[in-house]
Amino acid sequence: MISILRRRPKPGTPRRITLRILRHNPADPASTPHQQDFLVDEAEGMTLFIALNEIRATQDPSLQFDFVCRAGICGSCAMLINGRPSLACRTLTQDLGDVITLAPLPFFELIGDLSVNTGKWMRGTSERLQTWVHNDAPVDLDALEAPMAPADAEAIYELDRCIECGCCVAGCGTAQMRERFVGAIGLNKIARFRIDPRDTRSDEDFYELVGDDDGVFGCMSLLGCHDVCPKQLPLQTQIAFLRRKLAIVGLRGD
Amino acid sequence: MTRLINNEDGSDLMVSDAAGQIALPAPTLAPVAVPEVGTGKPARHGKSRWPARLDLLQSATGLFLALFLMAHMFFVSSILISHDAFYYVARFFEGEFFLGKPYPILVSGVVALILTIFVAHAWLAMRKFPAGYRQYRAFVAHKNNLRHGDTSLWWLQIWTGFALFFMATIHLYDMLTQPALIGPYESADRVWTGNMWPLYLMLLLAAELHASIGLYRLAIKWGWFDSAKPNLSRRRLRWAKHGISAFYITLGLVTLAAYVDLGRAHVDKAGERYVPTHLSAPAATGKH
Repeated sequence: MISILRRRPKPGTPRRITLRILRHNPADPASTPHQQDFLVDEAEGMTLFIALNEIRATQDPSLQFDFVCRAGICGSCAMLINGRPSLACRTLTQDLGDVITLAPLPFFELIGDLSVNTGKWMRGTSERLQTWVHNDAPVDLDALEAPMAPADAEAIYELDRCIECGCCVAGCGTAQMRERFVGAIGLNKIARFRIDPRDTRSDEDFYELVGDDDGVFGCMSLLGCHDVCPKQLPLQTQIAFLRRKLAIVGLRGD
Repeated sequence: MTRLINNEDGSDLMVSDAAGQIALPAPTLAPVAVPEVGTGKPARHGKSRWPARLDLLQSATGLFLALFLMAHMFFVSSILISHDAFYYVARFFEGEFFLGKPYPILVSGVVALILTIFVAHAWLAMRKFPAGYRQYRAFVAHKNNLRHGDTSLWWLQIWTGFALFFMATIHLYDMLTQPALIGPYESADRVWTGNMWPLYLMLLLAAELHASIGLYRLAIKWGWFDSAKPNLSRRRLRWAKHGISAFYITLGLVTLAAYVDLGRAHVDKAGERYVPTHLSAPAATGKH
């Protein structure tokens, strides 16, 4: 809503906001998905994290949602806020209207209410894409570690800021249609290990992992991932870069 | 390559469950190259290179068609300069200035090439369409929830592309079979007396929108015109896309209006061939 048009409460009286939360417990056969409204008095600087905790503490202890760090670092609290994937702990209620709808991230396994099992999917993706340094050289524990160019280290660090919150996958139109799509998070990880000088894998090896329509060539560049990423990762450029490199592998043939 | 866990059948964590999450099996890497029977050449057991090639082909055919469309619009809109200008553009493509006399078959040849590339592009792009009701529903729900410009643009691209399957084919078949009937009167008669203007109007909107969105998507997809800040380059590309759409749709509408106007004025003599100014004796025709 345009902020200037929003009705302002009188100074001194807190705004009363409605959190419209999608409730469902898949473990309970009697549970059906439904929306439930909770009224909360807004406090100054209130985030959705604070609001949800207040609801759980004072109104409904059965409300399920995930939080760990409350500072946008752990990635647990990603949910659909007014339909868009975002981190609840980094969302101020003052930036939203009087009614805020909250729903669990789609695509991932639902644990209950707003809590989804992103970890399970992340683990599977990690194994599928082999997102760790591959290096068969024997390790000499007494030798000094090989130095890394500062520019490489910076580039790796930039992409390693990914917190695996799942927002990019929930914001991806391709992933909604095709569950096997690796999503921006998978492609970002491949881009990260491609930079790493310790990783001995070639573009041909990376092609084996993401060189198909479930990988980089399945991406339709809708950029939902790039626009919802709470860490502002350069996903658009990373995916384009990977696409160019792996397209060359495809052209080279064997 | 090393593996984190030695479980050959994929991870047991990844078994499909009640929530519908499907198993994502880890691929078997380090394939053993077994010599192909008969040839002695080691066979590659890795992934097919075709997904990469099809992706490139989809982009290349789309780029070609979009550039052709832009050039095409300039040729067609030469009617806005004068009847003669369009007449000479048409004769130029029939090779009159190189071969001495017009050969409309050359136009048919170009149309056949465009039609082939068009069909190839349609076939390649169709791979991205939602397959089946579940995918369709999932995407529409996602698009409506997200309210995100680029996601919604893709939906427009799908539908304009779908419309082009039919509308562009009609136009291409027309040009393929009647290449000689391209000229100021001939085209204007086709537009008005031949009742083609509603088709051309819809075709114009669908083609120009589809092409400008497609060019924008191509630039994003392959990282063209990148700047240090991705959001800045994207903003520029978006403006370029809006500009291209607006310019070509406006030019197209004005051009179509010119043909409609000429077609209405020429309705009594529909079917008459256009004769350029320098060949027509002013006393004989009374105009030009």
